[in-house]
Amino acid sequence: MSDAASDILLDVRGLRIEATVHPPGERARDVVIVDDVSFTLARGRVLGLIGESGAGKSTIGLAAMAYGRGGVRITGGEIRLGGRDILKAGAAGLRALRGREVTYVAQSAAAAFNPARRLMDQVTEATLRHGLATREQAEARAIALFGRLGLPDPERFGERYPHQVSGGQLQRAMTAMALCPRPGLVVFDEPTTALDVTTQIDVLAAIKEAIRDTGVAALYITHDLAVVAQIADEIMVLRQGRMVEQGPTARIIGAPRREYTRALVSVRSMEHPEKPAGGQVVLDVANVSARYAGLPRDVLRDVSVAIEAGHTLAVVGESGSGKSTLARAITGLLPPSRGRIRFSGRVLSPDLAGRAREDLRELQMIYQMADVAMNPRQTVATIIGRPLEFYFGLKGGERDARVQELLDAIEMGRGFADRYPAELSGGQKQRVCIARALAAKPKLIICDEVTSALDPLVAEGILRLLLDLQAQEGVAYLFITHDIATVRAIADSIAVMHRGAVVRYGPKSRVLSPPFDDYTDLLLSSVPEMRQGWLEEVIRHRKMESAGN
Amino acid sequence: MRKSVPVLVAQRIALGLVLLLAVSAVIFLGVEALPGDVAQAIMGQSATEQALANFRAEHGLDQPALTRYLNWLWGILHGDLGTALSNGEDIARAVGQRLGNTLFLAFWAAVISVPLAIILGLVAARHAGRWPDRLISAVTLTTISLPEFVLGYVLLYYLGVKWQVFPPIAMVFPGMGLWERLHAVILPVLVLVLVVLAHMMRMTRAAILNVMQSAYIETAELKGLSPMSVIWGHAFPNAIAPVVNVVMLNLAYLVVGVVVVEVVFVYPGMGQYLVDHVTKRDLPVVQAVGLIFAAVYIGLNILADVISILANPRLRHPK
Repeated sequence: MSDAASDILLDVRGLRIEATVHPPGERARDVVIVDDVSFTLARGRVLGLIGESGAGKSTIGLAAMAYGRGGVRITGGEIRLGGRDILKAGAAGLRALRGREVTYVAQSAAAAFNPARRLMDQVTEATLRHGLATREQAEARAIALFGRLGLPDPERFGERYPHQVSGGQLQRAMTAMALCPRPGLVVFDEPTTALDVTTQIDVLAAIKEAIRDTGVAALYITHDLAVVAQIADEIMVLRQGRMVEQGPTARIIGAPRREYTRALVSVRSMEHPEKPAGGQVVLDVANVSARYAGLPRDVLRDVSVAIEAGHTLAVVGESGSGKSTLARAITGLLPPSRGRIRFSGRVLSPDLAGRAREDLRELQMIYQMADVAMNPRQTVATIIGRPLEFYFGLKGGERDARVQELLDAIEMGRGFADRYPAELSGGQKQRVCIARALAAKPKLIICDEVTSALDPLVAEGILRLLLDLQAQEGVAYLFITHDIATVRAIADSIAVMHRGAVVRYGPKSRVLSPPFDDYTDLLLSSVPEMRQGWLEEVIRHRKMESAGN
Repeated sequence: MRKSVPVLVAQRIALGLVLLLAVSAVIFLGVEALPGDVAQAIMGQSATEQALANFRAEHGLDQPALTRYLNWLWGILHGDLGTALSNGEDIARAVGQRLGNTLFLAFWAAVISVPLAIILGLVAARHAGRWPDRLISAVTLTTISLPEFVLGYVLLYYLGVKWQVFPPIAMVFPGMGLWERLHAVILPVLVLVLVVLAHMMRMTRAAILNVMQSAYIETAELKGLSPMSVIWGHAFPNAIAPVVNVVMLNLAYLVVGVVVVEVVFVYPGMGQYLVDHVTKRDLPVVQAVGLIFAAVYIGLNILADVISILANPRLRHPK
């Protein structure tokens, strides 16, 4: 780093952070969650912290404010902010520092705003509390920031309560809240992760512009390398609380030195050749509409899709597009108001109660949250064994043998049968859920965002497993996701959903090739690409298009 | 579709009125079902058949129950609670003064206990698990665990008789000045405060600690706010609904549950009045007092619901 010493804003040396954990059935003990991490950040620069869950990136971000969540304690090293060691600042010193010199943007702005108070009060609170401006000045600055961040009606935006604005707007309001006191450093903790992809791009552009205009330095935390590539000058890769490598953004994504970084860079490039069409149709959804009781409009509008045996149909769309509702209609949890669903040649009863046991067996489901989809008090063997008993009447040794076969199929091997869900990692839990679905020997498995809660490398493992199982068992998947990279990795055909309707449907090669309809174009062009300058290109392109219209 | 605030409030009030009507029927039927003969009880064993029949006719006791119920209700709607059987007094007049006394006692107990309980709850939450929290919890739990007559007599003995700090008997009469009156009721007010404090304090503490887990509390802490301004400015506004419900239950208790305290301090309130007339089998008075207690209880609970609705920004400011 060639910057002069006076330009260094944040200087972290030998950071060590510990936490007290309480494993079930064991005594509480201390574990090291960040060890020997050092970095410097110059004024006005952006450092990206990247890694999977458990890498310690949020913990390091909060450490820059000398803050530890729950039982987290900073036990070693130095954190110098503007030359001062903030670990020696004391409680009053830290209060004077937080919200004034360093501010924080949380992942879920919806949870991070107080529901009982107006946005303006919350955005200007730190500025006023630290005596940095009068109320009129602070509110004028907040309004200017609202405008700069592209919020609608900036003059009156602050009068609203958090529940009255959208998730993307709240995330921008949180950025305004962080910038209002004119801090030297902002910690962005996954600020766009909870947003839809088309919203993410606007928020990302707004944050980038705000950082550039205000000259603030930033720690930008994310698990998505393509996102951080758009915004960071430098990137530090973390794994299990230790630094893997650190360098300028172009070098990290262009020429990673470590194996782990290379895996992160290439993780989203998994491809899967499309299977030829023409097989037997296993599921045929025809003109299905559905609505929830008490809501005035349909959440599914005239949806027609079909899946062939052994194929994968990816249903892709943003939150609220109706993709999970489609799954509920197919499984009988939400009887459609119109339309018909045929499954392996017979018409399915609209509601669950009217379906035969054979219908239930042949149509299985895997959920996003493997955690809550399993009974925490049952062992893996009981969980997987239940459908074997229920559908096939297997008992005793026969059942145990089949459970072991299934465990082998999901590549978990010996020793897992007697474990409880709490003793498994996130990826292992999802594998057990897959085995439970497979145990019924289904013709179709509905996978509802099954990889969304997992880290990219773990998610890739799950996708490969699903593809292998499909090749062996000939099972078809209806794969619900919001992630285009996942779609590319697994689909044979694709249905794009928007506001309850299918706007584009067909084989993968055709759906993902131009000419596009407007929505699919927006969706595809919003997926971050792993190269610098992509964000500016897309924004410029969109501005030109809207100017041309 | 979410309902608007006026609709929600109107619904609560309508529901309260229906509930009150149902309670009036239950009270009437309950009293009706009591064994024995009212006329006999009032006139005594030596009364002749003719005298009993005259008494019944005079007080309408010979009419069918439904007619008497409707007459009773009709009277109440016009402010007529009937006349006491034992002394022929107009119940509304007698109750008016007694109710005033009871409300006076309840008002001062509430004015002291509600803010005190909330402040103690906030302090306990601020220092959760450390000594201020333990001290506050231990003291308030002790005072709530003691039966109020024990508390009453202990305070009466020490503060009233032995050290003679406060008057041992809460004598009030019409024409008394406010300060005299306040001086007279210090001991019963003190007992009531000690009895209701713990419940409200514990609920405030629990509600605040529950909210303190939220992400927006972390946001407030990262703005560099002091612990007390985090609790007061960010946690408390979100803890109002559960706290208000418990506060209202305790306010209701201050009105309808003071029987024992009033008897201990010989205070001329509703409780004493009720006890007197229960022993005399004066059923119209028992019915009237029961209905007033029910009305207070239901009214305060409606108020709690309305405040909870108003405290919810999602209902106050729809999208």
